[in-house]
Amino acid sequence: MVESSSDKYIFEINNFSIFYGDFMAVKNVNLNIEKNKISAIIGPSGCGKSTLLRALNRMNDLIFTSRVEGQAFFQGVDIYDRDTDVIELRRRVGMVFQKPNPFPSSVYENVTYGPKIRGIRKKSRLDEIVENALVRADLWKEVKDKLNESGMSLSGGQMQRLCIARSLAQQPEVLLFDEPTSALDPISTANIENLLQELQKTITIVIVTHNMQQAARISDYTAFMYLGELVEFGETDTLFVNPQNKLTEEYITGRFG
Amino acid sequence: MIQGTEGNHKPFELARKKKFNLKESFFLSLIRMLGFTGAILLIIILFFVAYNGIHILSWEFITQPPVEAMTEGGIFPVIVGTILLTIICMIVVIPIGVTTAIFLAEYSKPGFILNMVMMSMYTLAGVPSVVFGLFGLSVFVVVFNFGMSLLAGALTLAVMILPYIISTSEEAIKAVPYSFKEASLACGATKWQTIRKVILPTAMPGILTGSILGTAKVSGETAPIMFTAAAFFTPGVPRSLFEPVMALPYHIYVLATAGTFIEETRPIQYGTALTLIILVFGMNLLGILLRARKRGKKAW
Repeated sequence: MVESSSDKYIFEINNFSIFYGDFMAVKNVNLNIEKNKISAIIGPSGCGKSTLLRALNRMNDLIFTSRVEGQAFFQGVDIYDRDTDVIELRRRVGMVFQKPNPFPSSVYENVTYGPKIRGIRKKSRLDEIVENALVRADLWKEVKDKLNESGMSLSGGQMQRLCIARSLAQQPEVLLFDEPTSALDPISTANIENLLQELQKTITIVIVTHNMQQAARISDYTAFMYLGELVEFGETDTLFVNPQNKLTEEYITGRFG
Repeated sequence: MIQGTEGNHKPFELARKKKFNLKESFFLSLIRMLGFTGAILLIIILFFVAYNGIHILSWEFITQPPVEAMTEGGIFPVIVGTILLTIICMIVVIPIGVTTAIFLAEYSKPGFILNMVMMSMYTLAGVPSVVFGLFGLSVFVVVFNFGMSLLAGALTLAVMILPYIISTSEEAIKAVPYSFKEASLACGATKWQTIRKVILPTAMPGILTGSILGTAKVSGETAPIMFTAAAFFTPGVPRSLFEPVMALPYHIYVLATAGTFIEETRPIQYGTALTLIILVFGMNLLGILLRARKRGKKAW
């Protein structure tokens, strides 16, 4: 196992490619993601941004035909090494999906799902975890009196924050967001964006988004992908104001996408 | 120019529309009529059996054993026999069926093994029930030496209904939204934890409905039990798994074909048939209600 040269980066991705069968969805990407920052991945549909994101906690394993080449390190550990504990990886690198997907059970059950499968049984400990996670997800005030109601009875924005709380209950170091606001209204979107900026103080966030304004508003770094390749990566302020690549410029100015 | 074209077309289009409607309504009524055939047949059968059997149905009829060479008395041991056969069959078949469904839906990868399992299942589902009866006779009764017994009959029924239980359970499992599975795995759950804590609980109403409908099917079968479990007459209810039993469908068959008092026992035959129909109908209703409740509660 290669040790990471620096503590600055939580993910180090070297010559990394992802295939679905013969199709190369992500091509030779080199990318370092800095700890406790928000990094956004933008690009048109089908550019491989979600695929790349899902490689970071090996959610692509669910697709039988997928395989990778090159290396991706999380805290110096090769994510795709055979000895890597995928379960532990997914605990430390949580994920929030495009469509809010709470389980069809109570708010409380949703948040305690992760801790319970890890063997935490004590009621007082679980209560503490639930409150803590819901407070961090900015949902506690709204649901503290209906912890036993179904997670599916909440509004779309609340459901998405519940899903964030469910991930936070595992004390992750990274949260991956796969277009988390594309199914939400503008107010819920603004709430989630504020929440992400709050969370960034304690954890690293990688967000895939369709919405360039969103990337510009909340992220510290932005990666632009096109047809499976990483076209440009840099500080968000620089990339949006002064893109180095012609393609990036055309995309962010809305000439295609 | 466009307006002109529209004007020219108007009367023509209207005329065509009228003709089209005539054809449409003809086929609609034809389809409607044919569609009702099934319902009408069901009503006729139900009415026929009920008309002939209702007057004999009484508390005594369902709680007393048959007497006087089965020409009088009730059908209590017969009802108990059918219920026992069905319950034991389900106890055996549900765990096997659901486990197979989990394997098919969650673990198997497309390829030779999956194809083989699926093909055997479809073939098994198409085998006539009397063949299962012969299979049960040679395997459970003779080779396993269970004799003509409750156990042999229940196992034979289990083999017969297995493909049905597998396919309904598999459908129920596959109907669980992919996003639930993703969410669970992303929380760091293992595959088995995901199946046990998320997929099975969500699929459970569907699995139960399928099983109940399967139960209804099983309880009315004659051929699989006639060589393996069903007795012409037993003095009471079975005391062990290795005793033969009386069963509703076989009782009707016996009274209607094999006795010396075929005509005299007609009312009992209809009463037994009505009891069977009520039992099956009741279970189907339970299954349907369960499904309706699940649909109502479903929020994804």
